[in-house]
Parts: sequence; structure tokens; C-alpha cells
Amino acid sequence: MHVTNRRVITDMKARTFRRHVKESFKSLGRNSWMTVASVSSVTVTLLLVGVFFVIMMNLNSVATSIEEDVEIRVHIDVAANDEDREVLKQQIGGITQVDSIEFSPKEEELDSLIDSFGEEGQAFKLVEQENPLKDVFVVKTKNPTDTINVAKKIESFNYVSSVKYGQGTVESLFKFIDISRNVGLILIIGLLFTAMFLISNTIKITIMARRREIEIMRLVGATNSFIRWPFFLEGLWLGILGSIIPITVVSLAYYYLFDLIQSKLAANNFIKLLEFNPFVFQLSAVLVLIGALIGIWGSLMSVRKFLKV
Amino acid sequence: MIEMKDVYKKYPNGVTAANGINVNIEQGEFVYVVGPSGAGKSTFIKMMYREEKATTGTIKVNGVDLSKLKNKNVPIFRRNIGVVFQDFKLLNSISVYDNVAFALEVIEEHPTTIRKRVLETLELVGLKHKARMLPTELSGGEQQRVSIARSIVNSPKVVIADEPTGNLDPETSWGIMKILEEINLRGTTVVMATHNKDIVNKNKHRVIAIEGGKIARDQQKGDYGYES
Repeated sequence: MHVTNRRVITDMKARTFRRHVKESFKSLGRNSWMTVASVSSVTVTLLLVGVFFVIMMNLNSVATSIEEDVEIRVHIDVAANDEDREVLKQQIGGITQVDSIEFSPKEEELDSLIDSFGEEGQAFKLVEQENPLKDVFVVKTKNPTDTINVAKKIESFNYVSSVKYGQGTVESLFKFIDISRNVGLILIIGLLFTAMFLISNTIKITIMARRREIEIMRLVGATNSFIRWPFFLEGLWLGILGSIIPITVVSLAYYYLFDLIQSKLAANNFIKLLEFNPFVFQLSAVLVLIGALIGIWGSLMSVRKFLKV
Repeated sequence: MIEMKDVYKKYPNGVTAANGINVNIEQGEFVYVVGPSGAGKSTFIKMMYREEKATTGTIKVNGVDLSKLKNKNVPIFRRNIGVVFQDFKLLNSISVYDNVAFALEVIEEHPTTIRKRVLETLELVGLKHKARMLPTELSGGEQQRVSIARSIVNSPKVVIADEPTGNLDPETSWGIMKILEEINLRGTTVVMATHNKDIVNKNKHRVIAIEGGKIARDQQKGDYGYES
């Protein structure tokens, strides 16, 4: 008996849900003018967000790869024996911000120096017998911005001949990256405000038509959640519809620009754009999600006013 | 059925629309609510379906104490009350059939029940043949009949009509009255606010006259009592 009752109830819910879905689609068609207006404002917003997102993510990835290349090279004093070196390694490892320490003996250092000069480097082969270089600890910090502090600490340790991390260049690089990220953040916030303004304006226009509908639903005994559902779904569809054009445009543009820009940057091998796949799919997911959230938010805001008894 | 005890209603702007109302309306009665404009008729009616809350005093409708009714339960309470307005309050973008079915859909009735009840009700108000038309394609009287159909389709115990003939010509008004009388004969309580002198004087029922927020007269088979 209980089972039958429960089945009747769940059956009822499923039917009501189907009604809400059907109703939300019908409403899109019925309020076609408003649908176009809302979808347009979502489209405009998402186009801006999309373009911006592409730029920001690529800048960020370039910045990250540059930051990751930053390392501290600790030149070890020639006077240090194996034990001293081990002590120094322990000391460096004791700094909390340090991520990894790699030992590079002077022979290896020379090899990589010779390699970096290519053909001409062969001349250095002569000095292999009397290697003038020092053994090196290559230290990476957990967070690239800690580089400078960590380098200063290491400098004070015993048997450290010198510490190199690209002094001067690194500081200004970090400053530049910092500024671009802050500017990005400000632009994103500005964009979100613009989006809210666009959406809320569209909604204001539609409120009058909606007021009547909601008033009548309340009059005939619809509960608040019953009233909210179709609006919620409608907002969802509006958001998803509004994300179609931005996704198409941004994806196509990225596809063509990727090849163009990448070939120009090819010489500069540490600046790499994000690969089309999976980046464009992630971007699409983000745009659909933002679209859906904006749509739902807009719809629910417009209903909220009328649900206070 | 509908019971008001020492009901006062003061609006935030200082207007007192109900100034000590005591009334008792029994199941199956037909009651006219008359009185000059701005005398408190609308507030009196609105308090019955909890569109307005009394400032003090108790109102009981269908055994529900409205002063204790929580906001979220208002929709459930409304399901036992049909409301008809002067301006019909129909959705013009959906068909006559859908407008009536709406009242059953929101209470999650079974589709076959909805179909059966909507068609029966449209037949009662004489609009079965116009079920597929939009409200805007109908005359005022026909629109009011759709509105009545919507208010009674879920068989409420009481129908509250706020000047249902206010926008209609005399002949059409009689058509509306015929339907309300028919509903009343089936056992539904009808409370109707009106300015229509002819109707009140010809179709004799209980008359409650409201003046200055008070019941000035409560008379079985009464007259309209005002110059229209």
C-alpha cells in the first residue's frame, strides 16, 4: 500500500517537472521579444567574457611558464668538501618555501654551457681539464615570487660563493606579471557589473508582463516553488541560448588566430599559447556555466519581487 | 463558513478600511456586498481570500484562522476559494482552455481529470465551443465567463466576486448572474461585491452594506438601497 502511494507521488512529481519544462519552452516562444532581448544581452556579455577569458588565460599561462623558469643557482665555494655541501643542502632544504634542490656538479655545468654555445662552444672543450666553474645547487621555490627572499637567505649560509637568479630582471618581471593580473581582475569585475546591468535592464522590461502571470498563479493556489520552477528553467535556457554565439565565435577565432600567432611566436619557444584542445572546450564549459548562472539569476530576481505575500 | 470578529484594518498610509466588522456567512449563502466607492468593500472582500490581512480581530474561512495562517500556506488555502475580478485577470497569451486548466495544473491534478473537469466547466459557462480561442478574441462577457470557469473548476466551497459585472453591459451582466446563481444552487457560497442596482433588486439575496469601514446594514433578501 505504502509502495503504491509513493509511486503515485513520484509519478506526480515527474509529470509536474515535465510540465515545468514544457511551460518554460512555451514561455520562450510566447515572450519572443523578451527572449531575443535577454539572449542578446547574455550573448554580448559572454562575447566580452569569452574574449577576455582567452586573453587572460593565455597571459596567465605565459606568465606561469616564465615564472617556472625562474630558479636560484647557488654556486658552492670550492673550499667546501662533501660534508659541508651536505650541511648546506640541509640548510637550504630547511627553508619552508623551497620546493626542490638539485645538485649539478661543475662537469655538468660546463657541458650545458658548451651546449648553449652550439658549434662555437666546442672551443671550450679545451678547458675541460681545468674546469673553472663551480658546483651548483639548483633551487626551485614552491611559489616563484618567493625567489628573491629565498635567495637572500641562502646568501647568508656558509660555503656559498654566490647566488644567481637573474637579479633585476626577475624583480621587474614579477612586477609586470603582478600588474597584468591585477588589471585583469579589475576588468573581470567591471565586466561582471556590465553584465548585471544589461541583464537587470532586460528584466525590468519584462516585469510587467510577468506580474500578471505570477499574480494569477498565486490567485489560483500555486505554491511559490511551483511558480519559480518554469522561471528557473526559462532562465537556464536563455543563458544556454545566449552562450551559443559567443562559444562559436570565440572558438573559431581561437582556431585561426592560434596558428597565426603561434607561427610568429615560434622563435620564442618559452611563450606558448594554450592548445586548442582542451582549452576551447574548457572555455565553452565556462561560458555555458556563466550564461546559465546569469540567466537563472536574472529570472529568479524578477520573480522574487512578486513572491512576497 | 466565513466568520469575522471585531475586524479592524488600518493601512500604512493611515486609512482605516475596516472599523470593527462582525459578520457570519453560512455555507451555501448568496451575499451581495454593496456600498459607496471607498467605503471598504474591496478590503472586506480581500480579507476573505487573504489578499489583505486584518490589523486586529479574527477571520475564519473554511475553518482556517487567517490571522494564524503562515504565508507559505496561503496558496493551499486559496485552493478552496474561487476569485473573480472586474478585469477578469486572464492570461491573454494562452487559450481559453489553458486559462481554465491552469487552476488545476498548479494543484497538480491528473491530466485526464484536468481535461474532464475543464470541458465540463466550460460547458457550464457555455464556452465549450470556444475553448481553443484566445481570451482577446472573446467579448467582455465571454471573458468574464472564462474567469468564472477558472474560479470554479476545482470545486471551491466559496466563490468571491469583486464587481464581476463592473465592465459589462446590462444584458451580458444578466448572463454572468445566471452562471453565479447556478453555481450557488450547486451548494457553493457566493460573495459578490457590486454596484449594480438592478441585479441586487431583482435577484433577491442577503445584502451587506458597508459604509465607513462598518457594516451599515445586513438584510436578508435586501435591496440595493442606494441611488445608482
